[in-house]
Amino acid sequence: MSKKTVYIGSGAGFAGDRLDAAVPVVATLQQRDGPRYLIYEVMGERTLAIAQRIKMRNPDKGYSPYLDAYLPKILADCKAHNIRIVSNLGNANPVGGARRVLEMAAELGIADMRVAVVHGDDLMTFMRAEEIAALPTIEGVEIDGSKIFAANAYIGARSVAAALALDVDVVLVGRTTDAALVLGPLIHEFGWTEDNLDLLAAGTLAGHLLECGGQVTGGYFCDPGFKDVPGMDNLGFPIGEIDATGGVVITKADNTGGMVTRATVIEQMLYEVHDPAAYLTPDVTLDMTNVTIADDGPNRIRVMGACGKPPPATLKVTVSADGGWLGEADLIYAGPNALARAELAADIVRTRCQRQGISDPIRFDITASGSVFDNHDGIRRRGENRPLDGEYRLRTAIRTADKACAQYVNDEVLSLFCSGPAGGGGYRCNITGQVETASVLVPRGPVEARCSVEEIKP
Amino acid sequence: MSATMRVRLHEVAHARAGDKGNRSNIVVAPYHPDLFAYLVEQVTEDRVHDLFRHKGATACTRYILPNLPAINLVIDDALEGGVNSSLNQDLHGKTLSFLLLGELFVEVPTDLVPNRQG
Repeated sequence: MSKKTVYIGSGAGFAGDRLDAAVPVVATLQQRDGPRYLIYEVMGERTLAIAQRIKMRNPDKGYSPYLDAYLPKILADCKAHNIRIVSNLGNANPVGGARRVLEMAAELGIADMRVAVVHGDDLMTFMRAEEIAALPTIEGVEIDGSKIFAANAYIGARSVAAALALDVDVVLVGRTTDAALVLGPLIHEFGWTEDNLDLLAAGTLAGHLLECGGQVTGGYFCDPGFKDVPGMDNLGFPIGEIDATGGVVITKADNTGGMVTRATVIEQMLYEVHDPAAYLTPDVTLDMTNVTIADDGPNRIRVMGACGKPPPATLKVTVSADGGWLGEADLIYAGPNALARAELAADIVRTRCQRQGISDPIRFDITASGSVFDNHDGIRRRGENRPLDGEYRLRTAIRTADKACAQYVNDEVLSLFCSGPAGGGGYRCNITGQVETASVLVPRGPVEARCSVEEIKP
Repeated sequence: MSATMRVRLHEVAHARAGDKGNRSNIVVAPYHPDLFAYLVEQVTEDRVHDLFRHKGATACTRYILPNLPAINLVIDDALEGGVNSSLNQDLHGKTLSFLLLGELFVEVPTDLVPNRQG
């Protein structure tokens, strides 16, 4: 059995993550002896849908706009030290993203850059919208087939491993499971087969812990005085050390802030998990119920005991459809009797919108404390005895198929300047196009038969 | 039998919320491992469900992971439609871990409550 350890660092846990987080990760990986990888996980359900729309307008685009923000900072160092990059920065257009990476390498004077992509997640290339709409829904709204503009299946890690076997420097994928960005390199390095279920489970757990970047190293964790984290302004992103027996250690980049402790690992282990005995992926069903964690030195946590069961016979698919418009506006009141003035402002806008015949529900928040804990009717706010003095913001929100309705509500909030209660200020508004998503299930055979890998040449 | 005191969950445990559709999951872990039995006894499905009923929550399912130790709470229909259709400013319900920590009270041994003096 191989004695080597594979080192996998994270450069981003979502589209919008710190632009420079990968730099110390790459500096640390350079010091390690063994196969080394850098992953960027930048795809949410919405991100992909938006990218599909961009690709419809321009077939060269539709890869992540963060590709140009993240990669130039580390591409030369990664190439020089054979740190391979695996990412879903491909979004809706991995081929377009690959071409851009090759172009970027040329601009930076990096020779012999090689990039491969994974094809096959886009169901719209071989299924009609009505067929997709008829697939069983497991989550989200029922989607009207006529409005579907994207449907992407979560592909497993074997395609990522197949792309790495092309001996490339960078692999760009579209929709795979997030954990596949980590499990793919492990399958490639260790040759884990489909019946190595406990090993696939360990690799999937490592992927789940690494995929959200700094969320396992003290990011999204700090609660001053209760859970203190050092150096949040220089949060170190995680590095996983995985061996052929499925041993996993989570640590972080050298010379950075943040921390890796039992508590940071526990919060991330169960993040967005439902039944811990059955975390479903196309590669393996991960059972975390026997997982134990142990200290393994400063900022090092060892994770043991992941169990694997066979994966499901279906793949999860995210279906995206046009979701109309979200309009939001707000206006702030401060000082004596501010709450009464904000409540009156809400009543005025509510009455005028009713008079206008707007039928879509409008939400009225008075934000100061706890409006996010409240419900549509403001039931908690009404039951509280809040001080009338203070700083309170009226905030309206409407979802509507008719953009003019969203504009009307926003205009009514704006008109409070001269026609509303005294002393309102700081008007802000926006109207944004929305995407509705649903998760459906598709039999894996026909999708996986179409999965392929391809090296993109300059 | 040591003395006990009633505290907000926030005093003795930490939590993180995540979303999938209109379902929220909240991880709760004690600061001290000896507190875990008290959390298992008192952070019940019914009590958690009650905290989210006003948002339309229809069920709460609890998974207990004694090895970590931690509790995973899955609350159905807690997100006012979820990221697709919620009009809440927090579409994903990311803040809801602190609704739970702030409004659920537990009775625990005084000597297990972290000292916040100074």
